[in-house]
Amino acid sequence: MRGAVAGAEMELAGHECRIAGLRLMLDCSGAAFLPEESMLVVADLHLEKSAALARFGQMLPPYDSLATLARLEAAVKRLRPESLVLLGDSFHRADLVPEAGSPAAMILTRLADRVRFIWITGNHDPHHPADLPGESLGHLDLGGVRLRHEPEADGRPEIVGHLHPAARLATRAGMQRRRCFLASRERLLMPAFGCLTGALDVTDRPISDLGWGVDARAYLIAREAIHPVPFHALAVRR
Amino acid sequence: MAELPDKITRWFAAKGWSLRAHQHAMIEKAQAGRPALLIAPTGAGKTLAGFLPSLIDLMAPRPVRRLHTLYISPLKALAVDVARNLETPAAEMGLPIRIEARTGDTPASRRARQMTSPPDILLTTPEQLALMLAHSQAGKLFGSLKRLIIDEIHAVAPNKRGDLLALGLARLRALSPGLVTAGLSATVAEPDDLRRWLTGQGGCEAMADLVLAAPEEAAEPILTMLETEERLPWAGHSARHAIREIYAEIGKAKLSLVFVNTRMQAEYLFQLLWNENEAGKRIALHHGSLDVGQRRRVEAAMAAGQLDAVVCTSTLDLGIDWGDVDLVIHVGAPKGASRLLQRIGRANHRLDEPSRALLVPSNRFEVLECRAAIEAAFAKEQDAVTKRTGALDVLAQHVMGMLVAEPRSEAELLAEIRDAAPYADLSEEDFSRVLTFVIDGGYALRAYERFARVKRDKEGRLRVAHARIAQSYRMNVGTIVESTMLKVHLGKPLGHNKTVGSGKALRFGRLLGEVEEYFAEGLVPGDTFVFAGEVLKFEGLAEDRVIVSRTSARDPMVPSYAGGKFPLSTHLARRVRQMLATPKEWIALPDQVSAWLELQRQKSRLPGPEDLLVETFPRGERHYLVAYPFEGRLAHQTLGMLLTRRLERARLKPLGFVANDYALGIWMLGDVASEAKRHESFLPELFAPDMLGDDLEEWLEESALMKRSFRHCAVIAGLIERRFPGMEKKARAVTMSTDLIFDVLRRHEPDHILLKAARADAASALLDLRRLSDMLMRIRGRIMHHPLKRVSPLSVPILLEIGKEPVYGEARDAAIGEEAARLMEEIGA
Repeated sequence: MRGAVAGAEMELAGHECRIAGLRLMLDCSGAAFLPEESMLVVADLHLEKSAALARFGQMLPPYDSLATLARLEAAVKRLRPESLVLLGDSFHRADLVPEAGSPAAMILTRLADRVRFIWITGNHDPHHPADLPGESLGHLDLGGVRLRHEPEADGRPEIVGHLHPAARLATRAGMQRRRCFLASRERLLMPAFGCLTGALDVTDRPISDLGWGVDARAYLIAREAIHPVPFHALAVRR
Repeated sequence: MAELPDKITRWFAAKGWSLRAHQHAMIEKAQAGRPALLIAPTGAGKTLAGFLPSLIDLMAPRPVRRLHTLYISPLKALAVDVARNLETPAAEMGLPIRIEARTGDTPASRRARQMTSPPDILLTTPEQLALMLAHSQAGKLFGSLKRLIIDEIHAVAPNKRGDLLALGLARLRALSPGLVTAGLSATVAEPDDLRRWLTGQGGCEAMADLVLAAPEEAAEPILTMLETEERLPWAGHSARHAIREIYAEIGKAKLSLVFVNTRMQAEYLFQLLWNENEAGKRIALHHGSLDVGQRRRVEAAMAAGQLDAVVCTSTLDLGIDWGDVDLVIHVGAPKGASRLLQRIGRANHRLDEPSRALLVPSNRFEVLECRAAIEAAFAKEQDAVTKRTGALDVLAQHVMGMLVAEPRSEAELLAEIRDAAPYADLSEEDFSRVLTFVIDGGYALRAYERFARVKRDKEGRLRVAHARIAQSYRMNVGTIVESTMLKVHLGKPLGHNKTVGSGKALRFGRLLGEVEEYFAEGLVPGDTFVFAGEVLKFEGLAEDRVIVSRTSARDPMVPSYAGGKFPLSTHLARRVRQMLATPKEWIALPDQVSAWLELQRQKSRLPGPEDLLVETFPRGERHYLVAYPFEGRLAHQTLGMLLTRRLERARLKPLGFVANDYALGIWMLGDVASEAKRHESFLPELFAPDMLGDDLEEWLEESALMKRSFRHCAVIAGLIERRFPGMEKKARAVTMSTDLIFDVLRRHEPDHILLKAARADAASALLDLRRLSDMLMRIRGRIMHHPLKRVSPLSVPILLEIGKEPVYGEARDAAIGEEAARLMEEIGA
């Protein structure tokens, strides 16, 4: 199961997994690629987070949207999907979007020429501005799998974001913490794609309480690779 | 001679004391309105010399009670203690004055009252001064301040805290033009920088007057090194081998202070002493991570004579009189001659009796270093403090504080800032970039003008835009950025819920103190570690508290130590090199150490006082290069990083390096010895000073050190908040997000003022660049290569540290890959 897998047209630095039969490539950018659907899924971009914080006096560098979207554009160029699903919390505040004419807004425009945007609503962005390219939905069903922002206990297989998972692993270089995907047979929890988003440990209750079977895997995101680790090994080892 | 008021003359007479010459001189300086720096050994009546002019002044009747004297100490405990000690003479002289301390521990109600109804004498810390100066009533409070005393000025001036205090001083001088300043200091090598620091620079390099206590007044300290009967370890810092001997020395003294260099060493040593404590000695522990209440109890017990020994860190370094200490034991090398003198001074605060101090080296190299420190102490040599340039992140914090207090004009603010010595040479450009940072983050994009924290009013003065900004300033004041600390509580799991991770519900009880977050993050439930003098079992994290229970385990899992936290001083390093190169001086060393050096002389050679010994030898499948610069851990780490890059380019495939205070070892797959033999220029080129150019730049931008110093600057400058009201939980995410912010900023605005501040910090505090470059210049043409067939005696200590060093950069990703593959294999996936 380990190793690089041939994608539609090129070698990918990623890892394959299946959620209720749906085949996905977990990419080391933090996006998931669905080859059969030619669809790229990303979660929790939190665009304009810096600006939202600046409003309250914390003047973080105003380059977060640009940096996040530049990474997204690179992933789109590399993986060439037809559609792009943004799994909620794409905007840190529903009323703050990259200013028209800014470099970040220009990337959005360029991307709209390449892919069909599907914006899923999240708790940070319960509604989307009318002039965004593409469509805005509460969720998206692909076969039996529902793509939505927050995990729900309705027993439906799902691909979700919201929780910003990260995992700690004890290694010879000490404890290492990385953003990660977390997957069981029925659920994929996506890492936050935004560049200034914090992260929550997968062993913290909001994530661990969701219930993960013995074969659940955390996929740790390193610079150029994805490393799967058995979920149960994360909490109990040094 | 100035006339002393009768009350004071009588008081001295009643005590059977007489006024000392330096105390008299301080009174004269104050009466002449001259700023003065008093340099006197501990126990020479320094504090009284500082306060006598105030007491004399306060004898005269005054129409209204206003704040007369402000005393600033680097330690909260010292401020509280001096306040207490000052009460006695004031009462005995019959002075109707109010003396109060103000620290972070002072109740908020009292702090508020101190602003409206101040005492005559207020004793406080640099952080509290900054907070008071940011108050809208600061002008009223300090407007009639007559005297400012800064204690232990040598300890506070040469760092960021000193920068903040110097800026506060400049503000006080502006608020109260009649203010006279006095600095109190233990001996320093070059007092001129401190003299300038104490005075307004106002365009010229003014200096405070210098008052020296007569040197013969202090008795010579009795200073010895423990000659252990046990085998001296090659490496490590625990001093475990000497524990029985330390315990025996404690038994012979009335009250001993046992100094170590880090908190973790203190915990470990305390634990070892308790295991040895058959006679039931009363031994206590004192360090900065312990709960304040517990520290106060230890201090009170010391003062009351209820203790036999206290194991402590620098928290007890400075001039607090806690009782009749008659022995100071220093475990580990003191790293600098001045620090040693300061700590010895903790024994017997009476000048007629000499201090007694015992140095306990914890490994062989430390024997050399302790010997060098003792010789330096006898020769009265001090480590020079280098002049510093005020940090820009501190300036940003101060500017915000000034604007929180009241609206200011730009020009007036700049003039006042330049009055502070560390900022005397501040360029207009840097000032204006700091100011735009304060206003809206100072980004080239000017994206946040609409959210500006500071606005211009009609008169062109700058004022803060919201009350929220002032609140956030007050929450984040200060320059001490510790790693995020988590509170440690005794507690128990409630029930057994076997879900993964924090599945068990935890209940928490008594607070024991705080540990660094990175330490807690590395713990797994069931791990045992030593803290607050006990072996504790980690139960789990609950709401960001570390929950522990008591355990009977005798052998705790203790983290490996990062050695002493101070690098070896330049001055001691020179002495150690000299000693190594002079075999006839080895007679002063323990036999095991001189035998070790003799063996080195036979098997390899000894490093000379001015040259650089480089040994190469094969071991296992690898080739080693070990160099002995003796320039301190920081400079060696930097050198290690840079040499590794060069060896990589020379295709010698370096695998890693390790550095301590004395030496540097690099191991690689390529045969470095034959390379050096083939090309005579190989080693000189490897160590050529031009490595400090592009190689350094390139590496620095990627390095963890740079991220760390950026985090500090970001917190001090107010880019990141220390904590948000009601959002303490989020504090844990800070470490990660500052790294992310650093990456974004570096890529998109590499010239931002905070990156400039972080680079300056990294270069001086973390990399010791000046020292490294001095060394590289010194050894040009003096590299002594000695190829060997096997490990040399001198290289054993450094080789033993391999594997204990943190792994940086991409190697960490590789380590994740290895561990992940291993785990997957284990479950048969």
